[in-house]
Amino acid sequence: MAEERRPAFVVVGKNERKVDGVALVTGKPKFAGDLDLPGTLCVKILHSPHAHARIVEIDASEAEGLPGVACVLTHQNTPLTRYTTAGQGYPEPSPYDARMFDTKVRFVGDRVAAVAAETEEIALEALKKIRVRYEELPAILSVDGALAAGAPIIHDEKDSPGIYDAAKNIAADVDIDVGDVAQGFAESDVIVETVCETQYAQHAPIEPHVVLTNLDEDGRLVIRSSTQVPFHVRRIVARVLDVPLHRIRVIKPRIGGGFGVKQEVLLEDLAALVTLRTGRPALVVLSRQEEFIASRTRHPMRIRVKLGARSDGALHALEMEVLSNTGAYGTHALTVLSNVGSKTLPIYNKAKNVHFFGKAVYTNLPVAGAYRGYGATQGYFALETAMDELADGLGMDPLKLRRRNAIRVGESSPIFEKLGEGREGVAQTVKSCGLERAIELGAARIGWEEKRGKRPRQGSRVRGVGMSIHMQGSGIPQIDMAAATVKMNEDGSFNLLIGATDLGTGSDTILAQIAAEILGVPVSKVIVTSSDTDVTPFDTGAYASSTTYVSGKAVERAALAVREQIVQVAAAMLADDGGNLDEARFVLKNERAVAPNGRGVTLAEICQRAMYQTGQFQIAATASFVPDESPPPFMASFAEVEVDTETGRVQVLEYVAAVDCGVAINPKMAEGQVEGSVANGIGFALTEEMLFSSKGRVRNPTLFDYKILGARDVPPIEVILVPSFEPTGPVGAKSVGEIGINGPIPTIANAIHDAVGIRLTKTPFTPERVLDALRARRPG
Amino acid sequence: MKISLTVNGAQRAFDVHPGDTLLEVLRREGYKGVKKGCGAGDCGACAVLLDGRAVNSCLVLAGKADGSEVLTIEGLSKDGALHPLQEAFLDEGAVQCGYCTPGMIIASLDLLTHHPDPNEEEIREGIAGNLCRCTGYTKELRAIQAAAEKMREARHG
Repeated sequence: MAEERRPAFVVVGKNERKVDGVALVTGKPKFAGDLDLPGTLCVKILHSPHAHARIVEIDASEAEGLPGVACVLTHQNTPLTRYTTAGQGYPEPSPYDARMFDTKVRFVGDRVAAVAAETEEIALEALKKIRVRYEELPAILSVDGALAAGAPIIHDEKDSPGIYDAAKNIAADVDIDVGDVAQGFAESDVIVETVCETQYAQHAPIEPHVVLTNLDEDGRLVIRSSTQVPFHVRRIVARVLDVPLHRIRVIKPRIGGGFGVKQEVLLEDLAALVTLRTGRPALVVLSRQEEFIASRTRHPMRIRVKLGARSDGALHALEMEVLSNTGAYGTHALTVLSNVGSKTLPIYNKAKNVHFFGKAVYTNLPVAGAYRGYGATQGYFALETAMDELADGLGMDPLKLRRRNAIRVGESSPIFEKLGEGREGVAQTVKSCGLERAIELGAARIGWEEKRGKRPRQGSRVRGVGMSIHMQGSGIPQIDMAAATVKMNEDGSFNLLIGATDLGTGSDTILAQIAAEILGVPVSKVIVTSSDTDVTPFDTGAYASSTTYVSGKAVERAALAVREQIVQVAAAMLADDGGNLDEARFVLKNERAVAPNGRGVTLAEICQRAMYQTGQFQIAATASFVPDESPPPFMASFAEVEVDTETGRVQVLEYVAAVDCGVAINPKMAEGQVEGSVANGIGFALTEEMLFSSKGRVRNPTLFDYKILGARDVPPIEVILVPSFEPTGPVGAKSVGEIGINGPIPTIANAIHDAVGIRLTKTPFTPERVLDALRARRPG
Repeated sequence: MKISLTVNGAQRAFDVHPGDTLLEVLRREGYKGVKKGCGAGDCGACAVLLDGRAVNSCLVLAGKADGSEVLTIEGLSKDGALHPLQEAFLDEGAVQCGYCTPGMIIASLDLLTHHPDPNEEEIREGIAGNLCRCTGYTKELRAIQAAAEKMREARHG
């Protein structure tokens, strides 16, 4: 199998410590909010109290007159350029429906004004002195309301390009067909249909959004931001503020978690404009409450899945209809919608007739954006719930049904080509797939055969097991781009310069491991500098599970090019001694270049010669990578749950995620990606939900009331890394950042069904919903 | 008002406002390892040892801490040698973004000081007030177990 092609690695596959680890465990000031610049102004935002209103009048004179206020920003004195905060590649597949400040507010929490002042107290005081007269408009607080005849139009402005049908509140629309789905259903022996709904959920990184801006000694604008996309920040801020791009430098220091919410360009424009207006440093940090009401969320969705199968279990027709709530702005509306299908449907490539269609609609609720899983999380809830129902209908083990229909090595799916990032996708064949093995290992670990359908009961508590299968991608094919520079120093160390953005995922470390592997040095000899638009080469950023695969490949290429230069010098040095010149057979190991005859020179000697002695040049290379495909990581996910039929409480007893991410460059970090995303996914499944008042105000904007899981709440999570080798990936790797989060909702839903026979179709599975479903099932 | 604190072994005097929290004062005075995640005592990122016990420094008025002894994450490693908890967090892969890490390590230190040999449930309880969004806690549990073992060995060794 593929594993046999796996070369023997020295650094890759080892649990190296994080290259930034010591700084982090000793509390070094490495985050954007940790830098004290003299004279820094504090920026605070005035948020809309209304879900939908026009700003009739705004008077900031009293606020401006308050001692200690440096400037007040409103729509009256800021650029009116339309843009999207999505933080995507250019041109963005999201509508340009936002402004820094608009004359209309579209959700409770929308920007009305901002104040920059000497202290936070003064800034907050000044916000209270801004007089705003609103004309309230009828608000749309549901997707059905958005699509109702005569609904108010949320984006009635005339200058927002990229909205699918503004008059109907439709931000985006997708409709693709493979084969003939109607005929497919007509030819099917068993048909099931299910509708699943997901909630408003927040990323809740422990570090809130933070941006610090200043002018450097040459008058250039420096933006330090907790961002996933430094290069997109530079491009977008340059355009919105009409500043030449070369006058802006964006630095991403350490960042305290992102999960998609820091792909949004949310605050950089504000701090930057304050600095440009005042010449002073400016700091804007969202409060936890602001994170909830005014940052971004996962797109809540209602998804209908209809499956048709032959009596032997072969999937024949597959229909998925999506209604996505993008909130007040259309950031990521089209692409998240597309990914609901593109990251789920190819896994069942045996179905010859597929129809995927849907809409993303505007509402006057908080703005949805990118969130780990990116639509696939929602899609798999419906798809994998329907698969379990289909297994019931066929009288087949759900595990066998999935095995029968899942994609394998050498196979493709027409969906890859039909459905891309808001446009057509890219055809690809799966070249590595450990899904079959993942199902096998996961089932054995959870005890599937012994536990499935047994429903052991203890008092009011009943146990059950469930499973689901998943794929994601590794970057966006023919769109994402990453570059890396490797440069050699005369002690045999290397600088690795990468645009890639480490959110805490450990990408700086695994990218260093790739370089170290190829260059024959320990990780300590690779000095990583990342995410600084002045210093590092371009990278689209950390999203779409792109970094390991796309940025990793750029690093691999740059390191191979440097390796070639090293070998040339080494060959010349050894030739002087009559050594063997066959450069192809040189080996770089233990910080030496070794010729086929066993003679070698140290890397330090090689670089000293190149720098100071003969044929002098800098050993260095820059390489880029644009992927032609997006090899999916795969996962089989299992859970054992206990449902209390009296209280409705669902407890996950054990969770198993068997994941194929190709070669795990740093196994503990790969496991950590899965463990963290599974924990977040269990939160979605059981506790996390943003609640709204009848006026569209978030009712639970705190970490006390919005329940993310703590150490007592998370069950034992067992991650099994299933070995495979991705031939197109760097050192055989695929990406692994997102896939884990897709598992818990359908896996837990299916386990609850196994335990007590109810189908929960609305997240989170709160005790109330469990009890309602149990009551509804009981006769009488 | 003036207060006096012993921070990481050094006695220091600070000028504070009556409404200042210990978190605000510590960060203002350069202890940036003390993180703010919520300002409401929900996340634990700002945990420090106050007279030997872990507290959320966002909930402590600086004035109330006058005369106390404070240990922040910056004071944990001695002469460049990492504390066993810091070593274990690195070795077990318990650090991802690292933003919750200082508070998590401080809470663990409190736990291991008072319960040198905790079982898994006690560890989960000990860090229950420290939210982490990156790791799912699995690696932290192992790190704390590993550190506990090392610290016991050091005590008896």
